Amino acid sequence: MAGTREAVADKDKMMRDAVTTTGAVHGGAVDEALARRMRRRGEESRFWWVVPTIYIIFLMLPIYWLINMSFKSNQEILGAFSLWPQNPTLRNYAVIFTDPSWYKGYINSIIYVVMNTAISISVALPAAYAFSRYRFLGDKHLFFWLLTNRMAPPAVFALPFFQLYSAFGLIDTHIAVALAHCLFNVPLAVWILEGFMSGVPKEIDETAYIDGYSFPRFFVKIFVPLIASGIGVAAFFCFMFSWVELLIARTLTTTDAKPIAAIMTRTVSASGMDWGVLAAAGVLTIIPGALVIWFVRNYIAKGFALGRV
Amino acid sequence: MLELRNVTKTVAGVDHIRDVSLTLQHGSLNVLLGPTLSGKTSLMRLMAGLDKPTAGSIWFDGVDVTGVPVQKRKIAMVYQQFINYPAMTVYDNIASPLRVAGADKATIDQEVKRAAELLKLTPYLGRTPLNLSGGQQQRTALARAIVKNARLVLLDEPLANLDYKLREELRAELPRIFAETGAIFVYATTEPHEALLLGGNVATLSEGRITQFGPTIEVFRKPNDLITARTFADPPLNTIVLKKSGRSFQLDGGVDLPVPADLAGIADASYTIGFQPHHLSFEKRTADAVGVKAKVSVTEITGSESFVHLSYADARWVMLSHGIHQFEPDEAIEVFIDPRHVMVFDANGRSAASPSQLAA
Repeated sequence: MAGTREAVADKDKMMRDAVTTTGAVHGGAVDEALARRMRRRGEESRFWWVVPTIYIIFLMLPIYWLINMSFKSNQEILGAFSLWPQNPTLRNYAVIFTDPSWYKGYINSIIYVVMNTAISISVALPAAYAFSRYRFLGDKHLFFWLLTNRMAPPAVFALPFFQLYSAFGLIDTHIAVALAHCLFNVPLAVWILEGFMSGVPKEIDETAYIDGYSFPRFFVKIFVPLIASGIGVAAFFCFMFSWVELLIARTLTTTDAKPIAAIMTRTVSASGMDWGVLAAAGVLTIIPGALVIWFVRNYIAKGFALGRV
Repeated sequence: MLELRNVTKTVAGVDHIRDVSLTLQHGSLNVLLGPTLSGKTSLMRLMAGLDKPTAGSIWFDGVDVTGVPVQKRKIAMVYQQFINYPAMTVYDNIASPLRVAGADKATIDQEVKRAAELLKLTPYLGRTPLNLSGGQQQRTALARAIVKNARLVLLDEPLANLDYKLREELRAELPRIFAETGAIFVYATTEPHEALLLGGNVATLSEGRITQFGPTIEVFRKPNDLITARTFADPPLNTIVLKKSGRSFQLDGGVDLPVPADLAGIADASYTIGFQPHHLSFEKRTADAVGVKAKVSVTEITGSESFVHLSYADARWVMLSHGIHQFEPDEAIEVFIDPRHVMVFDANGRSAASPSQLAA
């Protein structure tokens, strides 16, 4: 309680300080009224933290519950309600890291996600450069059409992809999923990169040519470093889409390239539902996304400001 | 020697450059003077090889370079915007043309240090351009142009975005820096006094056409036509349309403005008389100066000079006068025109003086 009172006193002092500084501008009696009003408002806003806290709890609860479950045994999960694990166990994680049918899922996901990101970015870079630097017949329509690819739900494309890839014998390979995801990721990457590239003045290109750079050398040595944050943002969006996309990934794979998200949907084993392992798998699935967000967080802010997302 | 032969550039049906022919000599300083959108930048881009002319050809030292890509030409260009490679340090920025050309490390280091010294950039070599002031950024761009040792140096309003102190400093140094290299030096500007300060030759541009090309002072003193005269006047050229009869132009109120002696032979007709703002004065400086009554509309005082905006009949004039003068709006004052300084243009806007008289 003493702490709170101190905090309130502090806040009051700050208010008074603020008032004295403004007092220089205003005048006598007005000051007093202003100070009173501000002080009252200060008291009212002592509960400013309530709404954000509720909001954060609301957001974090499912994640907490997932982590909570991942450290419980199945009996405990199905048994009495408890806010934290009574008998914490690492068995669930041990299962995932030792059972190939589990950890292979992660490896598969990571392989095709990385493949997809690499393909999307390397295809989108020249495309975005063309859109940002050259005017050609129907360029604006083509640019908009690119984005419409993202308007259809992935389910629409599951059937044609399945047919097509069966014909070419690509089913259950990593490249199949990576290529299928390109349909959604390349347009987005082009869109984002074009925004960043248009922020680079054309005169920089010309100065480089005048300095004697050939186009490929200019592109790699001068241009790419300038839009590095754009590439980071585009790669992030490709990664995230590919990582969370389930339907196409599941349709195009059977065993060898099966992603973790698909494995998680089939955990009804002979011994019934393995809740604990499922929760642990969930936690491990969140981690790569969280890591990527952590690394690109500065670029994301820049990306939203500069590029168009 | 850079030669433009009947060069035309059309973009989307609009002529940016119309039938320009121009020959520039090595070691010369050439100023492209014209208002915005007159085609200065378009012309420079054609000279550089960044754009291809729609018609006509460009020759360099007797070789047709019309279709030669910009990488293969030994040129340097500095833009009005501060263009550097933001991801590189100032050192690497300046070194970049040498690196691409494949110079060895010692040469690069020596050249970069020399250019940095020349442009007072030595303390900033380790920084990136975005951590520099505008002036330093532009000097980095200039340094990159210097190390390249180009045969053709194109500066497109390089000082327009700098503060005036730096602008004056660099304007004085630039011709000196590049004169040593023996390159053809082309400098675009919108400001007549900048052209006069730089000296050399001037090509005045208007609507994509070169209206006159010659030594700067000569073009300034004896413009071939009204457009050139207008382009080369800041504040704007004072003009009035007058009738010539006999030996004088008829001003309002029976005042006669004597026809300059070298133009005595021109026919009696309507002429446009033009004169620079500083050729209008309060006092009768010479015996044959003619006084007219004009009305003051505004007075602008810049410190050591005053711009007095006047109206005389239908004409709007500006008088540039030393010292501080203050007038009430609508005050009628007497101002004097010196007939020796008037330029006379015929109905087509061409100078009434014949070429032989111009040479005299």
